[in-house]
This record gives sequence, structure tokens and C-alpha cells, in this order.
Amino acid sequence: MATGLRDKIEEVAGRYPNRRSAIMPALYLAQAEHAQLSGEVLLEVADILDVPEIWVYELATFYDMFHTEPVGTFHIQVCTNISCLLLEAEGIVAHLESRLGIERGDTTPDGLFTLSTAECLGSCDTAPVMQVNYAFHENLSERRIDEILENLRGAVGE
Amino acid sequence: MPKLTIDGKEIEVPGGLTVLQACELAGVEIPRFCYHERLSVAGNCRMCLVEMGQAPKPIASCAMPAGDGMVIRTDTPVVKKARQGVMEFLLINHPLDCPICDQGGECDLQDQAMAFGVDHSRYQENKRAVPEKYMGPLIKTIMTRCIHCTRCIRFATEIAGVEEMGALNRGGHVEITTLEKAIDSELSGNLIDVCPVGALTSRPYAFTARSWELRKTNSVDALDAVGSNIRVDARGREVMRVLPRLHEDVNEEWISDKTRYACDGLARQRLDRPYLRKDGRLRPVSWDEAFRAIAARLDGLDGGKIAALAGDLCDAESMLALKDLMAALGSPHLDCRQDGAKIGAKIGGAGPRAGYLFNTTIAGIERADAALLVGTNPRHEATLVNARLRKRFLMGGFRVGLIGAPCDLSYPVDTLGAGPETLSELAAGTGAFAEVLTAAERPMIVLGMAALARPDGAAVLHLARALAEKFGMIGEDWNGFNLLHGAAARVGGLDLGFLPGDGGRDRDGILDGVHGGDIEVVYLLGADEIDMARLGPNAQEGAFVIYQGHHGDAGAHRADVILPGAAYTEKNGTYVNTEGRVQLGRLAVSPPGEARADWTILRALSEVVGQRLPYDDLGALRQRLVAVNPVFAAVDRVEAAPWGEFGEQGKLDGAPFGVAVENYYMTDPISRASETMASCAEVFGSGRAGEATGTDG
Repeated sequence: MATGLRDKIEEVAGRYPNRRSAIMPALYLAQAEHAQLSGEVLLEVADILDVPEIWVYELATFYDMFHTEPVGTFHIQVCTNISCLLLEAEGIVAHLESRLGIERGDTTPDGLFTLSTAECLGSCDTAPVMQVNYAFHENLSERRIDEILENLRGAVGE
Repeated sequence: MPKLTIDGKEIEVPGGLTVLQACELAGVEIPRFCYHERLSVAGNCRMCLVEMGQAPKPIASCAMPAGDGMVIRTDTPVVKKARQGVMEFLLINHPLDCPICDQGGECDLQDQAMAFGVDHSRYQENKRAVPEKYMGPLIKTIMTRCIHCTRCIRFATEIAGVEEMGALNRGGHVEITTLEKAIDSELSGNLIDVCPVGALTSRPYAFTARSWELRKTNSVDALDAVGSNIRVDARGREVMRVLPRLHEDVNEEWISDKTRYACDGLARQRLDRPYLRKDGRLRPVSWDEAFRAIAARLDGLDGGKIAALAGDLCDAESMLALKDLMAALGSPHLDCRQDGAKIGAKIGGAGPRAGYLFNTTIAGIERADAALLVGTNPRHEATLVNARLRKRFLMGGFRVGLIGAPCDLSYPVDTLGAGPETLSELAAGTGAFAEVLTAAERPMIVLGMAALARPDGAAVLHLARALAEKFGMIGEDWNGFNLLHGAAARVGGLDLGFLPGDGGRDRDGILDGVHGGDIEVVYLLGADEIDMARLGPNAQEGAFVIYQGHHGDAGAHRADVILPGAAYTEKNGTYVNTEGRVQLGRLAVSPPGEARADWTILRALSEVVGQRLPYDDLGALRQRLVAVNPVFAAVDRVEAAPWGEFGEQGKLDGAPFGVAVENYYMTDPISRASETMASCAEVFGSGRAGEATGTDG
């Protein structure tokens, strides 16, 4: 593991009253570095922060935005909560499934896309909504999705 | 003192209670799963819902502080419906496998489903299944049964002090885990007691018995000097399991793993008939022949050539019978300190009782505000004393210093030094910890056997006594001077004076006497922890050894005559714990084969050797016990022992304090015979399990 991560975590930990509080930001840093929080990475975080491993495991498995399983380069999360649902979010998911050739929860064989559904993303006024990594895409339609996927593939090609 | 109305009845309760506790005081039973009076409040099972005044919906009574003027109802249709609803949710994913579940018959979920649930299920979907988790050799997991009350996590974190259990995932996917590691705590067995369902059960006891077919006997533990109150569950002549019994001043409601799990050792390696060594080999013989062989050897022998050593598991009655027999035979050579601890006066009794007791008392630890541990690892020597120290630490404002081998006690400890020189420096008032002790109002010192079972033990004791006085540990209503014993028999033996008489030899004197030919016969009453080589290779080139005990351990291997005695679950006996608390152990099963209760063996032998002991039943022997020392009459009462002079001024050794308990799981003949303890020793022995991580291999 890069010493860079250790330094970054140590720096963040200094801002918290105790080291347990720093687990969440430490996990974000570790995830940014490794894309996936494997058991090895979690043990390393516990080691850097000098906290019991179980504390790190509990947090990493509790929150959806920590990935203990591998995810693609682009993690697509489609909101299926009430406002989006009323505006055909299920159709959006089905369209993505057919375009990507995978089912929700899976990753494409090229490792580019992971498709999952999410609870309310807090953007009901622009429903239906999906989030690709940290970017929001609003007022979705099937045409719009095709464009987005094309752009994403293009971004990788460059 | 808030006043509440509970089901129409007014009741005044102490401040700081929860509604649930107030209801209990009012005599109203509230069902619960996650709430446990000795753990923090989680409030996640929702079973304890009650109606409160004008509140729009039921409240969780375990998490609601009782307030003045509250109107609580537990008997309304709303409450009934709420409980049924919660129960229905809890049972959604709980398998209905009670017939094959070890918790069946003593299961909170089963009982409460009967009392508060509905008689049918509306649930049609698939139940979830959770893979089993590994938690070590003591705990069996069937995690599909888990209802996520988190009592186990809270117990491990709060009481045991090990951060090894946790809940992974969220909502309907929660799984309790230790990350596939054995729980590194000597209190881990209590997890199966706090678990309200059959998710955590006893691994050694799995599928062996049902709770309703067991005969339950209230007794006390003899495997350490805490005197934990236990219930021995037996079926037929076999002890099936040992469970804790509530005693607030001793073990609260916990017991250590050795107390709980060593019971399978009671059925192995047993001496179930007398043996006599003939032509170098032990042969089974009749009681009569064994007694006659002893009588023949003692015939015409000067009493000064006979010696007796008592072991760590002996009841007071048998030690007194042996003491009286030795007196009748004319021998002053007695010792109950088989580890050679320099406690008790040299001659004529044990000296002031305060000199060998845990004077603070176990419950008294909660009043202390600083502790100095000397040559002790309470976690291994007296697990529940350590649990009480941790409890005191959690209350806050409690500094602990340690002089001796560094160890993890589950709370922070300042390691001050390794040996007597650190103790002298501290007694002289130097060092940072001296300030801690000076500032403390009720400081305490705990001396372990590793500090006393050494040549300069008496000098260490003297120094510790001086230190206690210097730092004001001895006061009107406070005595902070403590000896932490490891042997259940020790305080009883000291109380009844199983010590060298006038001109008598102590342990080392006896063993040296064997070498020099001054001692010809040695009577070992369950004494297995001495160096048997010092008794000589056989009766011709060493001592004639009579071993009375219950297991084929070190003593029996060297013995020339073996008299099969009873283990602590097989006799009515008196034990005095490290605080000086006299407690009665009770017969739960009869001894195996021809083995007999120990005092009766001595009584029978006394007649054969022509020195008939003057008691024919246990009552008469107990009267004699009280006559020898009145403390034996005060069962389960601890009275402050008078302070006095003890120890001996002398030169201190430079050697650091050692370790009294090398292997927690193998301290006595019973635990050494136990398969469960052997597997624990394997898992936890070399390199604690907690140190192995997924990245190690």
C-alpha cells in the first residue's frame, strides 16, 4: 500500500477528536486509491488508524457508498424511490439493463459499468434521476441515457 | 423520586430508572430481548413497547427515563397488538427449528412468543439464511436464529472489554460476526447466556441434554479463588454443564470460561478405586487393603517423619480432618501453600486475617479510586475480579498501575516496573504513580501469588504492608490491602491453620526433608502442583506417598497409595474465597466408582491407623470447623478483618515478579483433564488468536 494513503489518513485523523471518528473519511480516501474496499484494504485502514478491525468492517459494510465488492469505472445508481418511480424509473433501469447487457447489481465484463438502484437521491424535482460516480444526470429519458453512455464510453477512449 | 402510575397503580421509584425498570418494581413483567440490566441500552428489539399518557404511539420502555407523573399502561389492546406485531416481525426470519435447537426449553424468544405472540404465521415468503460464523472452540453459532438484539456485541465491548464482535451490513442483511476469529476473552462463555435465542450456544454442550431433564444443584466454583456462585446441571451421574448463579458481591451473573467449560474434565482421568503400588506398578486394590498398607507403613513411625500437603481444590472439611489426623499422629509438618507462597505466620496459625485476604472485597473494588497491581494478572488468576476492575475503570477516574510482567487486562494499565525494586521505590514515595496513590481517597493494592511465592515473598509482603499504610489504604471504613489468591482452598486452609505447627516444616522444608531422609511419609491431599521429583523416584529412595484426590494427575503418578476422593461437584464442602467469604459447595452428583467424599476417607483411615477422629457426620465436623475458627460459622458474610503485623522485614531479591498462571486453561487436575480446555489452550495458547489476521497467511 502506498505510503501516500497513510499520510493522507493521518492528516485527516488529526482533525477528529478520536481516531474512531476518522474511519469514514479514511475509508473514502482508501476507496479513492483502490476503487474497492477489499478485506485487505479494510485491515490496512484499521492498522493505520489503530482501531479494532471490526469497527472498520461495520462502517464499510453499512454504507452503500463504500464498495466492498468490485465496481466498474462508472457506477450508475438509478433512483427508484417514489418520485422517480412515478416517472417510470423502472423503465430507465430496464433500458440500462438492455443497453449494458447486465442486470441490476452487476458489472459489465469490460469492467466499465456497474448498474445498481438507489433510494432517494434527493432530486425529486428533476426526476427521474441517476448518479454516475459523483455526477447527477436529471430528467432522464431513454434517448438521454444513450447519449450519456456514449459520452462515458468516449471519455474512456480518449 | 419520580412518581408514576403503572396500570392504574401509583408507584414511587428511585431517580434515574427507565420505565421498564419502574414497571418491574411495580411487579409488571415487560417482555424484552435487547434490554439487559448490566449492558447499555440499545432499544432495537422493540419488544418492550408500552403506552404512555398522551403519546400518540407506543414507546420503548427500556429507553424511556421514568419521569414524574407519567401514566404508563401495559395492559391495553394497543400494547397487546404492538407486541404481537413486533413478535411477528422477529419471527419472520427466525427459523421454527425449536425441536433441534439447544436453546429450546430455556429460550426467551420461545417463552415470549408463547406469552405475547400469536398462534399462527402469515408469512409466506422465503426466510433468510445466514452462514454460520466461527467464534472459537466454546461458542457454537447458528446465525440464522439471530434476532440482532446486539446483546453479544455489547457484552463483548462493555463487560469483556474485547472489541472483536460487530454487526456487518444493514437492515435485513445484518450479520453478527467476529470476523471468523475466536473471541479472545476468558468471559466469552457468558455470551451464550446473554443471547436470548439459540444463535449463540455452548459448543461442548451441543445436542447433549435438554434443560428439563437436568437436575440442578446450587453450588460454588472451586477452580479459582473467586468462589463464583454456580449451578451444576447434571443428568444421572454426569455433570452436563455449569451455569452462573447471581451473586452481586462475587460474580454478579457471570462466570469465567474455565468455571463453565472445565466440567467435561470431571468425567475424564478419574480415580475411581484405590490403588497400591506393588513391584513398582499401581494395582487396583480394595479400600481395606489400601488402608492396611498405609497403617503398616505408619506403624511404629515417629510422627515427625510424616508430612501433609493440601492442594488447591480441597474443601475445608477434608483439610481439617487431615490436620486433626496429622496432629493425632504427632506430625507438625503441614502446609496448604503448595506454591510456596510466603503468607501466614511462620508458626502457630496464619497471623492476622487481613494479612491474607482480599480485604477490599470484590464489590468494594467499585468504591476504590486507584489500584496498584503487584505480581498479578487478575485476568488469568481471578477473571471475575478483573471484570470488576474493568467495571470500576468504566465508571471513570480510576488509574491502575502494574508492577510485574506486562499483560493485557482489558483496561489501560500503567506498567511501572517488573520487580520488588519498583515496589520499594514506590513505597519510598518516588515516581509518578506515588502521586496517583497519594491523591486517591481510597487506593488499593493487589498482591498476586507471583509476588509472594518466591524466596523473598515475606519481605515483599512486609513492604506492601508498609506501602499500604503509607498511602492511607487502611482506614476506618476502607481496607485497600489485598491478596489475590488463585486457589479455592487457600484461604480456608489458612483459616483453619493447615500450616506448619510448632517445629513444623513448610512446603520446602518437607520436600527438603524427603531428600535428607527426615520425612518418610508424605500425604498429598489433592496436591498436584508441587515438584514431584523432589519426593524421590519411589518409596525406597524417597518418601512413601499417599495421594488422596480425584484425578490421575501428577500426584497420582508418583503415589504409592491412591485413595480416590471426590471432585468439588461431588461433595458437600466449605470453601473460603479470596475475600474470606465462606461458601458451601453442594453435592450435585455422586463420586464415580468407589471414590468417596474426602473427609469420610480420612475418618475411615483414622480408625485403621488407630487414631479415630471424633466426628461421625458432616454436622459434627462442621462444628469442629467452627470451633477451630469461628469465621466458618458466618456463611456468605464478609466481615472486616482486623489489621495487624504480618510479613517479615528482609532483603529483597532483584528478580522480576514471574507469572502465577502460565496457562489459564490448564491450572488444576480438572481443567487439565478437560478436552474443552485443551482445545482452548491450543487456540489461545501459543500466540493468542487475536493476533492472527487475514493478512498473516
